[in-house]
Amino acid sequence: MIENIKTGKNGFIDLFNKFRNFREGTLILIIVAVCVLMSFLSPYFMTWANWKAIFLSFSTEGIVVVGMTVMLVLGGIDLSVGAVMCLAMCIGGKLFLLGVNPWLASLIALAICAGIGYIQGLLVTKVGLVHFITTLAFMGIARGACFVITQGTPLSLFTLPQSFKFIGQGTIGPLPFVIIIFLVIVIVSDYMLRNSTVLRKVFYSGSNEKAAVFSGIRVSRVKIGVSVLCCTLSGLAGIIYMSRFGASTPGFGVGLEMTAISAAVIGGASLTGGEGTVFGSILGAALLSIITSSLILLDVSVYWQDLIKGCILLFAVSVDHIQHMRRQAG
Amino acid sequence: MSDYALEVRGIVKDFPGTRALDRVDLTLKKGEILALVGENGAGKSTLMNVIDGVHLPDEGQIFIDGNEVNIRNPLDAQKYGIGFVHQEIALCQHVSVAENVFMSELNSTDRKFINYRDLYRRAKKALAPLGDIDPRKKVSELSISNQQIVEIAKALSLNCKILILDEPTAALTESETDALFNIMEELKKKGISMIYISHRMAEIFSQCDRVSILRDGEYCGSLNVDETNSREVVTRMVGREISNLYPAKFDGNCIEQDELLRVEDFSDSKRFTDISFTLHEGEILGLSGLIGAGRSEIVKAVCGLFPKKKGDVYFRGEKLDIHHYEDAINNGIVYLSEDRKVEGVFLDMSIQRNISVLDLKAVSVNGIVNINKEKGLAEEYSKKLNVKCSTLSQNVSSLSGGNQQKVLISKLLSIKPKVVIMDEPTRGIDVGAKSEIHKLLRNLTHEGIGVIMISSELPELIGMSDRVLVMHEGESCGIISGDDINEKKIIHMASGLEKVGA
Repeated sequence: MIENIKTGKNGFIDLFNKFRNFREGTLILIIVAVCVLMSFLSPYFMTWANWKAIFLSFSTEGIVVVGMTVMLVLGGIDLSVGAVMCLAMCIGGKLFLLGVNPWLASLIALAICAGIGYIQGLLVTKVGLVHFITTLAFMGIARGACFVITQGTPLSLFTLPQSFKFIGQGTIGPLPFVIIIFLVIVIVSDYMLRNSTVLRKVFYSGSNEKAAVFSGIRVSRVKIGVSVLCCTLSGLAGIIYMSRFGASTPGFGVGLEMTAISAAVIGGASLTGGEGTVFGSILGAALLSIITSSLILLDVSVYWQDLIKGCILLFAVSVDHIQHMRRQAG
Repeated sequence: MSDYALEVRGIVKDFPGTRALDRVDLTLKKGEILALVGENGAGKSTLMNVIDGVHLPDEGQIFIDGNEVNIRNPLDAQKYGIGFVHQEIALCQHVSVAENVFMSELNSTDRKFINYRDLYRRAKKALAPLGDIDPRKKVSELSISNQQIVEIAKALSLNCKILILDEPTAALTESETDALFNIMEELKKKGISMIYISHRMAEIFSQCDRVSILRDGEYCGSLNVDETNSREVVTRMVGREISNLYPAKFDGNCIEQDELLRVEDFSDSKRFTDISFTLHEGEILGLSGLIGAGRSEIVKAVCGLFPKKKGDVYFRGEKLDIHHYEDAINNGIVYLSEDRKVEGVFLDMSIQRNISVLDLKAVSVNGIVNINKEKGLAEEYSKKLNVKCSTLSQNVSSLSGGNQQKVLISKLLSIKPKVVIMDEPTRGIDVGAKSEIHKLLRNLTHEGIGVIMISSELPELIGMSDRVLVMHEGESCGIISGDDINEKKIIHMASGLEKVGA
């Protein structure tokens, strides 16, 4: 029944086409193309220092992207990620300044983020609000709470113990510890999203919610779980930033939700649910970071950056949509 | 002047992969009610859509009053005086009755503002002969039957000469149906010709003048109602004798078999009250009633898919605690939804993922889905059900309706259920797949499985069921078996005119 993949003299071309048809494959090709182009345009592009900077910039955000990907697969959206991330940073920082052990303070902050996710999940499942409005409200609530907690001024945390600062600032060999945390989370979550029984239920719920209910899946539980996961991962990113910067800034992470959604969508996640991979989303985030870095190296004014990123997003979504329509027609 | 209000000659309509209509002829005399019958998928809707200009025919001609016309869209159809009352209510739920009645007029008018007083007055006049409906009410506040009346008023407001009624009585009670028939009589006296699509033989023989039959997209002739009987019509419709259409029923008395499932005093607040029944090993229990009688709701409630106020479920004499469908699945009770696209398949997911969803644990090791196990399961059941596909990893959206249905049934069977509940198992699938599914259901009972089947198609229900539970407005009208299972009796009971047993 199952067709064998043709081999022979066309083997290489077939393999190439297969690679290209595969969403992540296309993205990798684009990233490689951008890198090759940039290495001619700027001598600094292909340096270790530049790559470390790129990696650092998207690795912490990448943790948020992971949560957003799962949320999009469910067919939801989380606009509160940036504010919740900042809230974890502010709560952790404030508690530390009040004399709480920084590790404990971080755990409390994470628990509060998880609690926010739980409340969001309840509002979506029990009250019947949509994700968009619920998380839009929480974006305001969490951001407001940041300003209340810090009274509007950044908290300076230079007294953080060295052991805690290691999360954000330490290195193992040549690699910053942040990147190691990021890689572990990405590899584990990519594997889990593809293969685990629990996260498979997210795909079913996102692909056709009613059919999932009629297949015995407790969709409400899945939704609450995903909200908790998404907020907790945002909180974790906030704690890492707190350690890295040694400060809690109440205005930090504004607009992160847009970056995270863009990255996931460029990486193949569908806003209507049922589609998306962590690997793809991270490649999307990488592409956005590389382009940002390139624009800086090319001396393009920062004012242009959002404009260009917006265009890239539009392009990616349009291509995706057209492919979708074609698949449905065929 | 021609004797025919409408004449259709040699209509051919191809859809990708199928020929929906193959040189179909149809004539409608002036002032007559013509019944159009055929199985699901026979092409009735396609033909009506061609007449209404929704679909353009690939070949063929349409004549109105003897003149050939070219109907390119529904607006053309309106201009030629063709009105269409759709099976599914196609009204704007959130605006007033009057605005719905005059929707096409409001759409085409050049005036910038709406004169509501005039609109309401005229709507009242248009509705008066049909029933007492306040034109200011929102459509969503009306009962289904009144919504149907608004649909008819809407069609009549265009001064139509030809009215197409697509299964208008499917959602109506007997008294509402009678009211509709009176309206049809009135319209007939005014010289309006009607095409009446229905599955109900009794209605056709009481209301219509002639009956035209379609089968698999082909025209199978017209008969005068006075000169034929329902047996002949059904035989022409399905193309073979009805006696050998369905597999043999249970041999002997199925109530003597071990009891599998017992449902006691199921009630919710309004959709069903005090429903009790038993299901035995090897039995097919049919569930009948008009749309809205609570058939689907009661079985969904048994499975934990619909809230209930009170009632108990016993499986082999043991009481079950079902709060969620998951609990039902764990006890071997599965449900096939009537709405395949919305509540059934995951269109964008592969066949194997669609089959494994009910019990992911069975194909998982330590919380990780084992792809080989998943594939093996899907292979086993898709082969058993003869699902036609090229690979198991292709998306379900690429399959035909019948094959999608088979995937869903594979999914149910993959957990080796004891009780299989099927809601309209053959809706919208072709005749071949239909009889395959019928055979499969009967074979399941040979393995000791109990089947509950809901069907709006009476011939199917009658042909398949060992016993039939009939419901009317949420209440049980009793269970019939043997020779009592016939069309007349079931329609009588479903209309609330007769109850059987205690």
